[in-house]
Amino acid sequence: MSYQYNDFDRAFLAERNAQFRAQVERRIDGSLTEDEFKPLRLMNGLYLQLHAYMLRVAIPYGTLRSAQMRQLAMIAERWDRGYGHFTTRQNIQYNWPELRDVPDILDALGEVGLHAIQTSGNTIRNVTADHFAGAAADEIADPRPVAELLRQWSTDHPEFQFLPRKFKIAITGSPNDRAVTKAHDIGLRMVERNGAPGFEVIVGGGLGRTPMIGKVIREFLPKADLLPYVEAIVSVYNLLGRRDNKYKARIKITVHEHGIEEISRLVEERFAAIRPQFSGVDQEILEGIEAQFAAPEFRIAPAGGFDAERERSPAFRSWSDTNLTPHRAEGYAIVSVSIKKHGATPGDASADQMRVLADLARRYGHDELRISHEQNVILPHVHKSDLPALYAALRSADLATANIGLASDIIACPGMDYCALATARSIPVAQGLASRIEELKIEHEVGHLKIKISGCINACGHHHVGHIGILGLDRAGVETYQITLGGDGTERAAIGTRTGPGFSYEEIVPAIERLILAYLALREGEEETFLEAYNRVGMEPFKAALYPAKETADAA
Amino acid sequence: MPRAFTPKVVTANALLKGDAVWLTEEDRWSRDIAEAELIEDEAHAQIRLLFAESQPDVVVGAYLADAQAGPGGPEPVHFREGFRTRGPSNYAHGKQAETVK
Ligand code: HEM
Ligand code: SF4
Repeated sequence: MSYQYNDFDRAFLAERNAQFRAQVERRIDGSLTEDEFKPLRLMNGLYLQLHAYMLRVAIPYGTLRSAQMRQLAMIAERWDRGYGHFTTRQNIQYNWPELRDVPDILDALGEVGLHAIQTSGNTIRNVTADHFAGAAADEIADPRPVAELLRQWSTDHPEFQFLPRKFKIAITGSPNDRAVTKAHDIGLRMVERNGAPGFEVIVGGGLGRTPMIGKVIREFLPKADLLPYVEAIVSVYNLLGRRDNKYKARIKITVHEHGIEEISRLVEERFAAIRPQFSGVDQEILEGIEAQFAAPEFRIAPAGGFDAERERSPAFRSWSDTNLTPHRAEGYAIVSVSIKKHGATPGDASADQMRVLADLARRYGHDELRISHEQNVILPHVHKSDLPALYAALRSADLATANIGLASDIIACPGMDYCALATARSIPVAQGLASRIEELKIEHEVGHLKIKISGCINACGHHHVGHIGILGLDRAGVETYQITLGGDGTERAAIGTRTGPGFSYEEIVPAIERLILAYLALREGEEETFLEAYNRVGMEPFKAALYPAKETADAA
Repeated sequence: MPRAFTPKVVTANALLKGDAVWLTEEDRWSRDIAEAELIEDEAHAQIRLLFAESQPDVVVGAYLADAQAGPGGPEPVHFREGFRTRGPSNYAHGKQAETVK
């Protein structure tokens, strides 16, 4: 189950869309200038990129029903070029809408309870959650009701529409952090104390030009205190955050400049002041939301032909080894569908693929889909007896790539192929790398490896937390790629370290290949992952592989 | 010494479609950079930019981009401007897919 819009939500959306339709008309007839229109369109998720407008649609906590996925497919076909791009922020972006069509697109989204509000601007953005929420075996509780509560509380919150800068919240219900909570303005990790769930609250993480790992501001926050506590953090930031310099405006800088102790003191003070105003209505609302997120009725049945099919088909075995994750319900599995076929654009799904995924979710997956921040699509609840049939259907739709968590499961931002802020391309680097990895047939041997690529310092592709991070820059009019190693986006979060001079567009794929081969040569065994090996041996052996010419020169 | 002025074209995004357009000598907006006016004089460049900015109902975000004379007309200098004349490199979408006129 997932959150169903009530009449208030629907009326609110319809009104917002009607307003925006009028604004678009006034822009087109010349009565609004671009300076007046730009903030309005950004508030509605509409950007102007290199070749066209781009519409960013929020997928709150990454959860979709099949009807919503089908509508996304319809929009892609009717108003775009037949595809959509799933992003690291659990959004979908349409790269080719025309200005006149955008109000119709927003109405079509509204029909299925989707919108593009607060996907930009200095507001509280789409709250992201663990994409395995409500399904993962290691989870304490489903974090999405809390994410939804935060969404309702923050949407159009009068105090927080003009924060010093954008504000991103991520939440996970598991000790294993799959939501990169430590790289968000606020990260919430569910933990238990005396059998009661609460949150570890992390503040001041972020990527971008000044990457920072978030700091723990509260080790244990009872669940009932969540909203007032988050409100206290945001209002302290709203007062203290710098408005003089947009590069110093994020809360990570506020925390850095004032120190976590001082921020903590101010937050606790504010929290004590506002806590009494939260009379418990929020907890009643939360209970209502929790009921809507009740788990589906899981089937109790034997796993059927699952094991037999694994014996019979090596391809199925390989796919089920990489693309399945343990489910909390007996007999079930979480399926990650890779939309990163080797050589394809990471995160792009065609309208046909979206429809196939919607149909499969309906048929085998209790009607649920998720979008992961790693730009894949998840079917969170599939009974194991259905997996052989599901796999066959995915294969016919060209969606059965067995590479989840492997070297070709690359995160890449749109980069200079679309983004107006980019300093270099990222998509073709990802395509070239994945194709090369496939040619070498080494990724199953290499195992768990996260490569992440951003096309500029804003770090939308999470390169700072990639085991191998790649950052595209413009150096004197030439695309240049810097490599970082040792980043980690999990509960052991770490920012990667730069290897040294960058590489040209032609050199970057061979350079990464050398890194991967160096790892294979130096690892202590198949069990030691790339990241573990790097943490053991450090930078030097990898530098030697990256810059061989320099070494010979030094030796000479 | 001030840096020598390098030739420019006036470019922007079209209001309705959002794609890249270039200002021609005849005050038209073309979807082909080769038809653009190559501006060799700084003062003239400012006048042309002001002219572009006076058409907010046609284009968005006009600016001066470096360009050079080529056999068929002005060509981009920087790779970013090059992408704007063609479209993305992962699909044959955008200008490269359209019959440019
Ligand atoms: C194409 C239009 C886009 C624009 C104009 C844009 C702009 C930006 C900017 C300016 C920042 C830096 C914020 C700061 O450090 O204060 C940023 C960060 C970020 N963006 Fe984007 N971005 C775009 C696309 C994307 C896409 C496609 C994704 C997902 C794939 C994404 C996800 C993120 C993430 C994860 C961060 C870093 C986390 C953080 O906020 O610290 N953005 N973006
Ligand atoms: S990292 Fe830079 S190039 Fe990539 S999407 Fe973000 S702003 Fe654009």
